[in-house]
Amino acid sequence: MAETEFEPKIVGFLCNWCSYAGADLAGVSRFQYPPNIRIIRVMCSGRIDPYIVLEAFTQGVDGVFIGGCHPGDCHYLEGNYQAERKIKMTRQLVKKAGLEPERLRMEWVAASEGERFAILMREFPKQIQELGPSPLSGEKPDEKLMANINAAKLAALDFRLRAIVSKERKIVEQGNVYNETKSQEEWDEFMEDAIEAEFERKRLLGLITEKPMSVKELASEIDLPTDRILDHVVFLRKRNQLALDSIEGFTPKYISIVPEVKA
Amino acid sequence: MTDSVGAVMVVGGGIAGMQSSLDLADSGYRVYLVDKSPSIGGAMAQLDKTFPTNDCAMCIMAPKLVETGRHRNIDLITNSTIDKIEGKAGNFKVTVSKKSRFIDESKCTGCGICTQKCPVEVVDEYNKGLKVRKAIFVKYPQAVPLIFSIDKDYCIGCGNCERLCKAGAIVYSQEPETKVLEVGSIILSPGFDEFDLVQKRKEYGYGRFPNVVSSLELERMLSATGPFGGLVLRPSDGEVVKKIAFVQCVGSRDRSIGNPYCSSVCCMFAIKEAVIAQEHNPGLEATIFFMDMRAFGKEFDDYYVRAEKEHGIRFVKNNRISSIAEDPITNNLLVTFIDKGNLVSEVFDMVALAVGMTAPKDAKDLSEKLGVQLNPYDFCSTDILFSPLETSKPGIFVGGAFGAPKDIPDSVSEASGAAAKASSVIASERGKLVTVKEYPPEKEVSGEEPRIGVFICHCGINIGGVVDVPGVVEYAKTLPNVAYAENNLYTCSQDTQKKIREKIEENNLNRVIVASCTPRTHQPLFQNTCAEAGLNPYLFEMANIRDQCSWVHMHEPAKATQKAKDLVRMVVAKAGLLEPLTRVPIEVKPSGLVIGGGLSGITAAQELSKQGFEAFIVERENELGGLMKRVHYEMVGEKKDVQKKLKELIKNVNSDKKIHVFTNSTVKDISGYIGNFKTTIDQNGEEKEIEHGIVIVATGGMEHKPKEYLYGENDNVMTQLEFEGKLAKKKMDADTVVMIQCVGCRNDERPYCSRVCCTEAVKNALKVKEMNPATSVYVLFKDIRTYGFSEVFYEEAAKNGVKFIRYDDETKPKVADKKGLEVKIWEPFLGEEITIKPDVLVLSAATIPHPDNADLAQMLKVPLSKHKFFLEAHMKLRPVEFATEGIFLCGLAHSPKFFEECVSQASAAVSRAATILSKKTLEAEGMVSSIDEDICSGCGTCVVICPFNAIEKDENGIARVTEVLCKGCGTCAASCPEKAASIKQFTDEQLIAQVVAAVKEVN
Repeated sequence: MAETEFEPKIVGFLCNWCSYAGADLAGVSRFQYPPNIRIIRVMCSGRIDPYIVLEAFTQGVDGVFIGGCHPGDCHYLEGNYQAERKIKMTRQLVKKAGLEPERLRMEWVAASEGERFAILMREFPKQIQELGPSPLSGEKPDEKLMANINAAKLAALDFRLRAIVSKERKIVEQGNVYNETKSQEEWDEFMEDAIEAEFERKRLLGLITEKPMSVKELASEIDLPTDRILDHVVFLRKRNQLALDSIEGFTPKYISIVPEVKA
Repeated sequence: MTDSVGAVMVVGGGIAGMQSSLDLADSGYRVYLVDKSPSIGGAMAQLDKTFPTNDCAMCIMAPKLVETGRHRNIDLITNSTIDKIEGKAGNFKVTVSKKSRFIDESKCTGCGICTQKCPVEVVDEYNKGLKVRKAIFVKYPQAVPLIFSIDKDYCIGCGNCERLCKAGAIVYSQEPETKVLEVGSIILSPGFDEFDLVQKRKEYGYGRFPNVVSSLELERMLSATGPFGGLVLRPSDGEVVKKIAFVQCVGSRDRSIGNPYCSSVCCMFAIKEAVIAQEHNPGLEATIFFMDMRAFGKEFDDYYVRAEKEHGIRFVKNNRISSIAEDPITNNLLVTFIDKGNLVSEVFDMVALAVGMTAPKDAKDLSEKLGVQLNPYDFCSTDILFSPLETSKPGIFVGGAFGAPKDIPDSVSEASGAAAKASSVIASERGKLVTVKEYPPEKEVSGEEPRIGVFICHCGINIGGVVDVPGVVEYAKTLPNVAYAENNLYTCSQDTQKKIREKIEENNLNRVIVASCTPRTHQPLFQNTCAEAGLNPYLFEMANIRDQCSWVHMHEPAKATQKAKDLVRMVVAKAGLLEPLTRVPIEVKPSGLVIGGGLSGITAAQELSKQGFEAFIVERENELGGLMKRVHYEMVGEKKDVQKKLKELIKNVNSDKKIHVFTNSTVKDISGYIGNFKTTIDQNGEEKEIEHGIVIVATGGMEHKPKEYLYGENDNVMTQLEFEGKLAKKKMDADTVVMIQCVGCRNDERPYCSRVCCTEAVKNALKVKEMNPATSVYVLFKDIRTYGFSEVFYEEAAKNGVKFIRYDDETKPKVADKKGLEVKIWEPFLGEEITIKPDVLVLSAATIPHPDNADLAQMLKVPLSKHKFFLEAHMKLRPVEFATEGIFLCGLAHSPKFFEECVSQASAAVSRAATILSKKTLEAEGMVSSIDEDICSGCGTCVVICPFNAIEKDENGIARVTEVLCKGCGTCAASCPEKAASIKQFTDEQLIAQVVAAVKEVN
């Protein structure tokens, strides 16, 4: 017990109008909480880009806290609803990557909820303490996990996931171009498939940026069935993101032809 | 005219007073906002949530508080009352006396050290006595102005605060002041007071039984900042309340105590409190005892239905609880009521009394000093036909609850409307008394290496007492790009502003950081200082090391210091990436398009004209007047000829050179945006094009054509408006008249209340009785919703023998034609079905939205509500405008309402519009979205998600931002699938730099 207790590093993104104001009120009311969080003010929780959250994890933060206005309170009418759906997707990506999704937390905090903010700020670090330090923090971050989180980040930067998550609210709640709505369950299934596929594809591409690999090699590295890998290879070839590099005996090897995306 | 004064005095700084002040100040007038309390905010500041959206009151109100507090053209005159008034409309001299705060307002920084060490505890009125405050205090944490006051009644004079105040703001010798202010007009918005429960309604046991609370006390309990952190606890023993009764109409609808009127808000207030209390105390059983459920506002009935069906709130109607008994051992309360004809008693843990609204206690005093008349209940008299905002004295106007009890959106509309009225008196003086700030030319800094200056605040001992401020300064000096760092006792003080300007000059700084309190309140001050030094105000950032650091880590100085260093490092990282931003000016065409020529449209056009702007009215019929052409009487008893007044109005509009009327016309196309719209009008097949700066939607509504009760089959069945037409022609000789309420509304198809029909029915019933007292009149109703002072006429109708019979969905009246009309209705008091044979059956038919609304909504890209009325930007605080800037709404286009309310809203829409039209050019906020057209693929995601219609696709299919419409939320940047959209001041690079700096030391 002589060792110093693990102090989680938490980054918080708070919207200016409600949750940041709630955090200020915690101060005005002198509600005490442990100094783990580093708050970044944004005007609206809708501003929070999933890839920035994932970027924070690659930087080794132990937890990310997102604060928005309660439903109906958004100063920009619906930014918080956008945020809600984006963060849900981000959490799924975090989980896919193999990091505990509990490290990403989103809460509604009103401008009058100073005490609630303080309670959350006591609770969340404790929860992170139980999880322990992020495997991506410190001098030697877990390499495989880092590759996974980077793949998740690239998936969050990719057109497909961004396009669909941004339209989720409209399609589920208000109606698509046919004026029809999809049920949340139906949508979740569609979303889950897309997240899984995009994550795996980015992971796959990440492995073959420098040296070409075969379907079998990729399958064992990513821990997926070979037929699934082959599907991705076919798809990515068509998308012009991967090319056949060489055929060794009976084994084709593939290489990524995606230009390096800056992290 | 030349001696008019371009300033307005607003008396009372609640939500109404703030709204009036902001509108006026934003459209070129100086405002003196006088409030008797040490801070503004009024009653709304005490609310936890607001109906029917359950919005957090403080969340939606705080931005207005802050804006009012720091507006250059608003002088806050707090702790002050009016002494006397001289002069006349256009030029009043008002003497105001200000009580002593014993604090130098220019020195107090609001840091609050004084209150922490003040040894005197005082009952806190803001928390309805459920908490204590100190003798040196601010009313509530977000108070504006954030300046402390000493409550001399309680202060023991120990001198602690003076010794502690590092700003030297305490002045024990401060004397009261009086000053004389010259203004052109005056708006009265002193709000309301609560009915005196202790003195006037002793039988409810308030003040004797600890668990009998007032609705406002309950509200404070529900508030997160209240005494119990949001839980509802019994004052007697601190136990969680499991069963609560709401008793309605306490001090309202009660002639015996002199308040025969309805307080209008308590029904909805009670439902809201029941729903929220249930949320806070899971499992809570809530019962509301009431006479009539007055859910008459926009989407109120939906809320009522949800409360019953989804939240399981129990509603016991037709009950006025006469007294409450207490079990002295358990402090439980016994409520006796009538259930299906039987007297029943039930035990509750807590009883919340719906306290009525009364005129403000100082109403009489105010009326004497200002010479404005009051009505019999001491509210402000507004007796002139269709002039709900005018007092009896020219040049003095009224807004908010002082005119009649009303809710927040109606108060806000009236407040804006009153601002339009008050400014039209002095329209010639617009812009003469406002201060226009001149800044030196901006230094060109783009391309320069960042040179950051960091100013770190001790905030007296608020920060310095916990955080090692000099240590943070030394640390800041080691950070990349930091050219200068220092600490200040109070960075916000005047002398420090001067110092910051000097340091910018001396050190050639091109970025400035202040590490102190919160940017929410202080960023504009420092940005202004930067601008005064010729630095673009967007080259500024703040680190919040007080509210979010020293104050919340008071017992961990080392860790708090480390956190402060981290926070400074984070903003230094961001500051290096800041870019100067410019505000793009756009020209404004000083004219407005008014769609619809009913009373709302006519009023809007006239008010625009009075403000000096051109107006174009587009009316689809061949003459102006709309639905009002079918109304003949105001409430009986007052001989007001509605049609004569309407003719007068129309004549004035037609002869007004600034108003252009297009009858037989429709809007074919609207393009453009705020300040610059272009509209094609189709007049009898001929197309005309006009240009204008704003749009006011006043398309009105219609009377529903009933499908039931033999309407259209029997000539003696007619709607209320048709009946009124007959009454006006004196074509009415019936022995018996039956009126059926809620025809075509409050049903599954239209689950909303049409608001006006109860009063309409009462009005016409009284007219019938006036014409022939022997005529029997029956009104069959679900709830009588004669809110406000109309209640008095309901009372009169009952007194004159009009019979009111309640029905509900299961006992709807049955109408048959058996050689004459026959109405069968269950009479609940008799407990049997009765048969009435009326000569005339009058149906109070729903007010329905105009069917053209959908097309117009699409053309303007504005939303409709679920009931197909237009949907405003915010139900509470932005009732007459759309989220898309420059487009406004009023009247029945918004929801069913009375003519006076249409006039208020139409005037309000003009007031809001004047904040735009009064400017030659508008400046877009610098912090807006931008789209890289080389990357944009035209997928349209941003167009769909932008709630402000600020993004459109151009002719090449590429998304383009209309900067004046963009509010800078940044949702597009987080959503753009191609990452072509970005948001200035919160770019990806800047946010990531902050993230990286949060985790890692950087060198």
